[in-house]
Amino acid sequence: MHEIFTTRNNPNIDPVMAMWGWEIPVYLFLGGMVAGMMIIAGYFLFSGRHKESNCSCYSIPLTSFVLLSLGMFALFLDLAHKPYVWRLYTTFQVTSPMSWGAWILILVYPALIANILIRPPSWITQKFPKLSDIAGKLQAHPFFIKNVGIFNMVLGMMLGAYTGVLLSTMGSRPLWNSSLLWVLFLVSGLSTAAAYVHLIAKNKNESELLAKADNGFLVVELFVIVMLFLGLMSSARPHIEAAQLLLTGTYAPAFWVFVIGLGIIIPLGLQLLAVNHKVKHTPIAPIMVIIGGLILRFIIVSAGQYSHWFNAHFK
Amino acid sequence: MPRYGMVIDTRKCVGCQDCVVACKTENNVPEGHNRDWIVTESFGKFPDINLEIRTERCNHCSETPCVSCCPTGASHIHDVGGVVLVTHEKCIGCKACVEACPYDARFIHPDGYADKCTFCIHRVEKGEKPACVEVCPTYCMHFGDLDDPNSEVSKLLNSRKYHALMTDAGTKPNIFYLV
Ligand code: SF4
Ligand code: SF4
Repeated sequence: MHEIFTTRNNPNIDPVMAMWGWEIPVYLFLGGMVAGMMIIAGYFLFSGRHKESNCSCYSIPLTSFVLLSLGMFALFLDLAHKPYVWRLYTTFQVTSPMSWGAWILILVYPALIANILIRPPSWITQKFPKLSDIAGKLQAHPFFIKNVGIFNMVLGMMLGAYTGVLLSTMGSRPLWNSSLLWVLFLVSGLSTAAAYVHLIAKNKNESELLAKADNGFLVVELFVIVMLFLGLMSSARPHIEAAQLLLTGTYAPAFWVFVIGLGIIIPLGLQLLAVNHKVKHTPIAPIMVIIGGLILRFIIVSAGQYSHWFNAHFK
Repeated sequence: MPRYGMVIDTRKCVGCQDCVVACKTENNVPEGHNRDWIVTESFGKFPDINLEIRTERCNHCSETPCVSCCPTGASHIHDVGGVVLVTHEKCIGCKACVEACPYDARFIHPDGYADKCTFCIHRVEKGEKPACVEVCPTYCMHFGDLDDPNSEVSKLLNSRKYHALMTDAGTKPNIFYLV
């Protein structure tokens, strides 16, 4: 026998850690999706696709701006000591991914704004006609546009990777403690972003291209998930127990049904049929991918907190 | 620099919770929260059953994930004795340190900042013992410099078998339990 009783009963810590509620997964999801959107928009700018007047690289940056701000607001809501939030920007803590993230976000906004300025939406230029002049001048400099593309791609990668690194540096939570988590979050961010662009693209070719890209991202995501579990299952006991939480344990039904089934396999099948012109493109598959990406973050954050070096005493 | 730590004799601890109450009183720990607590662990196979009662708190680890993840520098290692502390005014309550501690030794104070055992550094700096050590009726708790071979804690560790908690997690805890 092995029994442990504790008199500790701290809120949101005992019997299992549930410190981070809905705000963190929502933030990680929006951050990841915006990262993917920055990479896609950046690539369009870099590759010269922006010359097509209905290229979605003109609408994605503003959406990214709004989504990221919503994500940051969720993060702000999560802080227990809100009046001190400015403290993040009076220091740089080299070992803290959260500190890195705070400073990366400071660079992400100018990158998004530079992208928006290349061709701001008409409802903005009607209010601020000066912006049209600026846009006109910027468009005359292809070199500048290329660099804005690169800037967006690089920062998108950093943003997408950091959302995973934030969790994976926590050795205390065995489920998160995998060096593949940032790859999973980056690929999942790319796939949800591609799904979104596929959904809204006005240009048929672009929609088709993004559906194909999304299929690729979904396949890679499945592969990374398999690798992540292989890594955890061949580690120490706490890591094996953590992986089992998702594979066969408490979180298994949600993981298999919503993340793997409805979030990856079924939309992948639908989109494969669509790109092969067997069925029409519909919003169903991309919406499933986006919701699957959100649920993935919820499951990883929640199950990660549940996983523990010493979980046995709470079973 | 000294390295403060505790050596706790599990053969003497009876789980009376005096240390828990002393900590609450000394440090104004909010209702419903604990900076220290009692764990009762029973293990073995009948008839060879063992029972260990121990008082637990932040281990003031030498490798501190709680400090390295803190984005504001609020969680830090104090210059005296390597004690791990939180500066309330710098803490934004992001809870990263709470997540990062494998012992779940931290909590969020109702006023918004991360909180946990301080080894009663305010008392120690005046030459007093931590409140929990001071009140223990069985004298099972000992506090001192683990790096000083002549300290009471070092001598106890040299004379008895001991273990620390979850050493696999790699944090190098500075609280030891004599068995
Ligand atoms: S016990 Fe936890 S909070 Fe205390 S120093 Fe170690 S890791 Fe940090
Ligand atoms: S909760 Fe406070 S002490 Fe803990 S990591 Fe966040 S800012 Fe640092």
